Amino acid sequence: MQYSKKLLEYFKNPHNQGKIKDADAVGEAGNIKCGDIMKIYIKVKKNQAGEEIIDDIKFETLGCAAAIAASSSLTDLAKGKTLDSAMKITKQDIVEELGGVPLIKQHCSILAQNALKKAIENYLLVSEKAR
Amino acid sequence: MKEIYYDNSATTKVDPRVLQEMLPFFQENFGNPNSAHSSGQSALSAIDDAREKIANYLSCETQEIIFTSGATESNNLAIQGIINSLLQTQDNLHIITSKIEHPSVLEVFKTISKKEGIEAGFVEVDSAGVVKLEKLKELIQPNTVLISIMYANNEVGSIQPIREISEIIKVERDRRGEKGLPIYFHVDAVQAFNYLPCQVNWLGVDFLSFSGHKIFGPKGIGGLFAKRGIKFEPLAFGGHQEYSLRPGTLNVPGIVGLGKAVELVADEQEKNIQKIKKIKSKIAGELEKFENVRFNGKGEFQLPNIINVSFQNAEGESILMLLDMDGVAVSTGSACSSGSLEPSHVLTAMGVQPKWAHGSIRISLGKDNTEVEVNTFIKSLTVAIKKLREMAP
Ligand code: FES
Repeated sequence: MQYSKKLLEYFKNPHNQGKIKDADAVGEAGNIKCGDIMKIYIKVKKNQAGEEIIDDIKFETLGCAAAIAASSSLTDLAKGKTLDSAMKITKQDIVEELGGVPLIKQHCSILAQNALKKAIENYLLVSEKAR
Repeated sequence: MKEIYYDNSATTKVDPRVLQEMLPFFQENFGNPNSAHSSGQSALSAIDDAREKIANYLSCETQEIIFTSGATESNNLAIQGIINSLLQTQDNLHIITSKIEHPSVLEVFKTISKKEGIEAGFVEVDSAGVVKLEKLKELIQPNTVLISIMYANNEVGSIQPIREISEIIKVERDRRGEKGLPIYFHVDAVQAFNYLPCQVNWLGVDFLSFSGHKIFGPKGIGGLFAKRGIKFEPLAFGGHQEYSLRPGTLNVPGIVGLGKAVELVADEQEKNIQKIKKIKSKIAGELEKFENVRFNGKGEFQLPNIINVSFQNAEGESILMLLDMDGVAVSTGSACSSGSLEPSHVLTAMGVQPKWAHGSIRISLGKDNTEVEVNTFIKSLTVAIKKLREMAP
């Protein structure tokens, strides 16, 4: 198994790492078998067109280098996107952003994708109720 | 950046004195030891020499040493060899090993116990990673023909009570009497070879596997001690080398290197153990200062060169990668690094919870490590653990 240079760079200096204290929603995904946990915090606002976009996003991850790098690239990809298009970010997008991920580490990218989905779903649930 | 190599249980650097001995056998003395001409005979005498050094260390006869490609082959040869031989006249055989063996024993047991007429038992270990003797006794059946237990574990360094086990086996053997079914004892001594006494009679073993590259010798060479008079089948068939038990042209440079490496182990064992023990206790002392840390298999039943330690809230493979970026090489038992996504079978057998196994790393020292390195390592580790814990939810 070999990690790409890009993945290692993301792992060493991850973007958007940390908590958002007053987050609008949080999503969590984990792999019980492995013991890995990933948490995504989002802050949502409306853009000029009136669409809801991800204004800020942060992650907290306990897992392997691939999981940390995936969290980092996912948050980069999602930042500024409308909720709709953020929902559509796939494992493949993350893998490409990382310059490839070893086969046995692909599930770590799915973890990131799932955590973001959960965060957005949680956000929609809460804003639905508020209406 | 000076590299710090803490992965000597995975493999070791070839000792320069070993390499020196090997070099002439690639080009100057390249002969086949089976050839009658002088080029062949000079290779043969080098082989005899190496065999003698190893026999000395094991306190056995030279005819009891079989050269192989390494310990995986030695383990397979002993286990499969005995079973295939006994199967010619018996059916319903029972074999026992432990839950913490190296895959080159465990997987052989799992595979051959799928065959008709072979059943396998796996003995439990305690929280220090030591085989439970009472459980072992309970597992022994009237048709148990082989017990295979490692001398010391490769992940946590736990030392197994080999002499006690051979006593238990002797009692069973005596009970069965001379005409009864045989019961053999195989020991994988790969990790113990550098540090623990390996005289086969003192240990009371029938088969003992060892490897070149774990003792500062070359890769691709190893050996099996097989007690004289015990019948077993080869894995491959061919020429008459190694009494037809391991056919194929002998790996002359490898065998010469193995012989030298064993000689150096014998000559420098005390000195190396003292040096490594000091480094180990310095590292352990520093590790104890970390928060939320635990040792897996610490104590008197542990090899002098292994520390297995777990950090909560930091994943092992990530720790390994961060240390590697600083030039420090360790290994991990984390599920993330396993391919199967299961935590280490050794830690699991010891009852280590998944959350602790997740953050485990193994530091395995060797004779080339120094006390000075410790500070650099601890500095890197402190930064790595802090960074990963900050990142964790
Ligand atoms: S987080 Fe466990 S394998 Fe990536």
